[in-house]
Amino acid sequence: MKYIKTLTGANLVKSIAKGGCGECQTSCQSACKTSCTVGNQQCENQ
Amino acid sequence: MIHKFTQNDVNIVLDVNSGAIHVVDQIVYDILDYYPKETTKTTIEQLKDKYSENEISDAITEIDTLKKEGLLFSEDNYINHESFKNRKPVVKALCLHIAHDCNIRCEYCFASQGDFKGDRSLMSLDVGKKSIDFLIKNSGNRRNLEVDFFGGEPLMNFDVVKEIIAYGKKEEKKYGKNIRFTITTNGVLLDDEIMKYINENMNNVVLSIDGRENINDRVRCTINGGGTYDIILPKILKMAKLRGEKDYYARGTFTRYNLDFSKDVLHLADLGFKHISVEPVVASPEEDYAILEEDLPQIFKEYEYLMDEYLKRKNTDKDFNFFHFTIDLNQGPCIAKRLSGCGAGAEYLAVTPEGDLYPCHQFVGNEDFKLGNINDGTLDTPIYDQFSNANVYNKEECSKCWAKFYCSGGCHANAYNFNQDINIPYNIGCEMEKKRIECAITIQAKLL
Repeated sequence: MKYIKTLTGANLVKSIAKGGCGECQTSCQSACKTSCTVGNQQCENQ
Repeated sequence: MIHKFTQNDVNIVLDVNSGAIHVVDQIVYDILDYYPKETTKTTIEQLKDKYSENEISDAITEIDTLKKEGLLFSEDNYINHESFKNRKPVVKALCLHIAHDCNIRCEYCFASQGDFKGDRSLMSLDVGKKSIDFLIKNSGNRRNLEVDFFGGEPLMNFDVVKEIIAYGKKEEKKYGKNIRFTITTNGVLLDDEIMKYINENMNNVVLSIDGRENINDRVRCTINGGGTYDIILPKILKMAKLRGEKDYYARGTFTRYNLDFSKDVLHLADLGFKHISVEPVVASPEEDYAILEEDLPQIFKEYEYLMDEYLKRKNTDKDFNFFHFTIDLNQGPCIAKRLSGCGAGAEYLAVTPEGDLYPCHQFVGNEDFKLGNINDGTLDTPIYDQFSNANVYNKEECSKCWAKFYCSGGCHANAYNFNQDINIPYNIGCEMEKKRIECAITIQAKLL
C-alpha cells in the first residue's frame, strides 16, 4: 500500500480461536493497584 | 468503530473491534473525516485543494481494501461469542491484607493510613491458610493462581507471610496448582534477610516511592512527620538490584502537588530503577491533592514529554520500562480477557485480617460490598454476580469508547467512588488512560 502501513493486524479477532484459557495474570496484581489497564498484560499462552 | 490521532508527527488509525492499527499518510487521515459517510465525489470535492483527484481515489481504494479485509470499520461480534456468553468466572487471585497497620503515614492513603477505617490488626496464620484453601477450592481448573501480600504494610507481619507461603507451596503441589506470590511494600522494614527471602519466593515485588525527595516526603511521611525518602531509597534500590531479571516495580503515586510527574518518573529512572509505574492518585475532589478535570491538559503534556524521553532512552543504558507505556500489539491478552476486565469481585478478591472478603483492596472497609468471610467460605451471590457482569458491554460509556479493549472498562472502585455505580466509569481516569494508550501505541509506531 502506498498511503497506509499496517502496524498490527486483526489480533483481537485471531485471539478468539485460542483465547479464554484464563491462565493470565489478573490486571491489578501486576503493578498498578489503582488504574486498570488490561491491554498491557501478557498472554500466558504465547 | 475507528479512532484516529496524531502524535509526534505520526498519524495513527485504530480499528477498535479487530484490534488492527495502521500508520497512515495525511491524505488517508483527512479522508477518514468523510469516509464512509460521504460519497467519493463529496470527499474529492472537500479535499480537492489539498490533493489531486487521483490521489484521493487511490487512497480511498486502499481504505476500501482494508475494510474488506476486516482491518477497518470491522464489526463487534464478540458479545455473541461462546467464550464470552458461556464464561464462568473462578477465583484465581487473592489480595491478602496481611496487616491493617502501617509504619508510615501517607496523606493520600486510600487505606486510611493503613487501618482501612477499622482497628489496626494483623492477619493470623489460620486466616492465611484458610485463604489458600479457599483459593484452591474456588479456582476450578485454573492452574496459575496469584496471592498478593498487601496492607497496610505487609512486612509488619512478615513471619505470617512466610508461613502462608510455606503452606501454599505445600498445597499447590497437592492440587496441581502454581501459586505466584507477590508483595507490595513501602520498604521501611527491608533488611538483607527479608530481601533474600522476597527475591527467592516472590514473583513480583512492588516498591513504593513517589519520585523526587521533596515530592515523596511531602506526602509519604514517618509517624513523626519526617520524610521517608532517605530511609527507604537505599533499601529499595538494593532490593531492585537483587531482583536482576526478575519482576519488580518502583511504584509511585502522583497528585495535584506534582502534576510535573514526568520528572518523578525520570528521577526514578536516573536512580537506576528499570521498571517504573507512577500512577494518578484516586481521591475525592475536595481533597487538596485530588486531580481535577482542569489538570488534564498539563497531565497530557507530561505523558507526551515522558514518551519523548522514553523513546530517547530506548536502547541506551538509561533505558527503562514504564508500566503504562508497555503494550505488546501482537501478543497481548486475548479478547476474552479484554472483555472480562480487571476481574475484581469475580476472579480477584481481597481478604482482610479478620477473613472478610471484598471485591478488591479498594473496597475493603465498605460493608455494602462485603462478600462473605473466609471462615464460612461462601460468597454473596448478588454482589459477586454484579461484579462478574461488569464488562464493557454493560457500561454505556464504555460500549461507545474506542479504548474499551485496552482498559476493559477501567477500575470498578474508581467508578464507584466517583459515580456510586461500578458501571459508570470515572471520567478523569478514562481521559488519562486514553492518553497513555495513545502514547504507548505511538511508541510502538516510532520504534518500527
